[in-house]
Amino acid sequence: MLKINNLHVKLEEEDKQILKGVDLEVGAGQVHAIMGPNGSGKSTLSYVLAGRDGYEVTEGAASLGDLDLLDLEPEERAAAGLFLAFQYPVEIPGVGNMTFLRTAVNAQRKARGEEELNAAEFLRVIRARAKELNIDAEMLKRPVNVGFSGGEKKRNEILQMAMLEPKLCILDETDSGLDVDAMKLVAAGVNALRSPDRAFLVITHYQRLLDHIKPDVVHIMADGRIVQSGGPELALEVENNGYADILKTVA
Amino acid sequence: MAVAAVKSDAATDLLAAWPLPSGEAQWASEARTTAEAWVRERGAPVRRDEYWKYTNPSTLTALPAPEAAVFDASDETPVFDAVDQLRLVFVDGVFDPAQSDDLAMEHVEIEPLGSALAKDIHWARDLYGVLEARGQAPVARPLAALNTARATEGVVIRVTGRAAKPIRVFYQHAARESDALVRHLVLVEEGAEVTVLENGPAASRFNQVMEVEVRDRGVFNHVRAQGRDHERRAVTGTFARLGREAVMKSFTLTVNGRLTRNESVVEFIGDDAVAHLAGACTGEGDFHHDDTVFVTHDAVNCESRQVFKKVLRDGAVGVFQGKILVKEGAQKTDGYQISQGLMLDDDSQFLAKPELEIYADDVVCSHGSTCGAVDETSLFYLRSRGMTRAEAEELLVLAFLDEAIAEIDSAELADEVRGRLAAWLARRRK
Repeated sequence: MLKINNLHVKLEEEDKQILKGVDLEVGAGQVHAIMGPNGSGKSTLSYVLAGRDGYEVTEGAASLGDLDLLDLEPEERAAAGLFLAFQYPVEIPGVGNMTFLRTAVNAQRKARGEEELNAAEFLRVIRARAKELNIDAEMLKRPVNVGFSGGEKKRNEILQMAMLEPKLCILDETDSGLDVDAMKLVAAGVNALRSPDRAFLVITHYQRLLDHIKPDVVHIMADGRIVQSGGPELALEVENNGYADILKTVA
Repeated sequence: MAVAAVKSDAATDLLAAWPLPSGEAQWASEARTTAEAWVRERGAPVRRDEYWKYTNPSTLTALPAPEAAVFDASDETPVFDAVDQLRLVFVDGVFDPAQSDDLAMEHVEIEPLGSALAKDIHWARDLYGVLEARGQAPVARPLAALNTARATEGVVIRVTGRAAKPIRVFYQHAARESDALVRHLVLVEEGAEVTVLENGPAASRFNQVMEVEVRDRGVFNHVRAQGRDHERRAVTGTFARLGREAVMKSFTLTVNGRLTRNESVVEFIGDDAVAHLAGACTGEGDFHHDDTVFVTHDAVNCESRQVFKKVLRDGAVGVFQGKILVKEGAQKTDGYQISQGLMLDDDSQFLAKPELEIYADDVVCSHGSTCGAVDETSLFYLRSRGMTRAEAEELLVLAFLDEAIAEIDSAELADEVRGRLAAWLARRRK
């Protein structure tokens, strides 16, 4: 589903190479985790895939299904089925969560040539999804992420994911800033959305999230490359020994 | 020609352009004479005047008034139509009783201005030209004085209890060359409460003054929408005086308009009173929008808030001149002022002049002014959810303006304004 080939990326503003040849393939229905120390390029990879400004791809390719991702605007990537759950979801005062979600859902439907959902249909769908994810209806009425706790912000990301029904979900350090209970709730939301035709790329520092979202493959990223890949046991090794051992072996 | 002579000649021409009304009560004639003398003494405003430095008044004083196309707003229901209301209609600045509701409402007396000024004994005597004259120092406002000297159209409203529904003044524009002076008076008696709504394209050029006296414990809410007609020019002056524990909340939404100058002059004369003034505007190209505010604290423990937000694009200009004057003895004053410009490109300008002048030593006064572009992280967040750049930007514009809209006391009216703004923005995008 997601294919990344020898991806090289540098910051646009300064001459600093961040990704130095990333190769990665994630199949439909699979969950891949990327772990790595600070500054290894994990978040950059998620931003580049989602289309954020400020990065320049100097070499390589990334595709989602048959689509070359790197040629597309962020909204086109979203309509094609890519979803990025933000590490720090943005607060938008004055815009109701419901309005925001409806605008987003309908923008994607329009881009795909589907009919837009009217207010009543949308309300029915969002209520059902919120219920499945155990999200309080009150959260739908508030302005987007304003005054939300860390846990609420992340659950709101999961709700967006549920409404937008993407093919590929990238979770950028979704566990950061969450206590154990909040993390479990978020993980339960993600697990509820797992399906044979949906892939997940979970970026995290810590193994503990992977106790709750069980990955098929774990990759270790360092200095802009994936230096090692393996099963879930690789995450446990990191938890026990830190990154230093693995990086030493690779070097 | 020397500047003084230019100002004086222009003032003479403006006064000559409108006939001096006859058959009025002596007090009304005296008010007009006083105002006329002031217009002659101070002359018409020119850009050299400090308070017109950022807004060129020449099209507000030119004769004849620059024409403006009549705007066809039939593709939407006018804002506030859905609100239960007593409706007053003005066409090109002239009261139209046929289109208006019956003027009777419990606890409220409404009368056309002309009829009030003709009566020897009338409460309007204590207000007409009085608050406007108080607002002429330290800054001269000759266009408001011109309004006092010549306006014959408008309504006078006296509120003696809690008005059951808002009074809505609905302006219609019919003639390309319309040049209107409109004057309203509002007297909110002790403990009384009223909401006044204003909207609609008023005229090609619109000079409107509203004098508002809110007596002790009275409440005055004012919500205004200056909407999509782009070619118009408008200068408005709201002159308010607040008694003890009185509350005034005034909000204006402006979308489009070649030139809009909204002046608010508020004076606290009773302790423990509150005044919130807010404005949200958005425009592009040759849009020029000016909020000029002067709040005088001359009583103890009063609270004033100014929240003004402007979204500018494609060379549009936004101006904010806001002053808080705290007089000697006005202790425990709480004054707040924020003005913010959101620039959607590099061609627009936001010009802000916040001023504080404080002669009391136990007060809290703060002011801030910012000017910036759309936040790139927010924009990316919305686009990553599938919105186009234009849709995302529009949502962020709504979010930016919402801080001012949130100043509206009534949730129903705030939602009415929000909905209307969203619809106007969406229409512009296409």
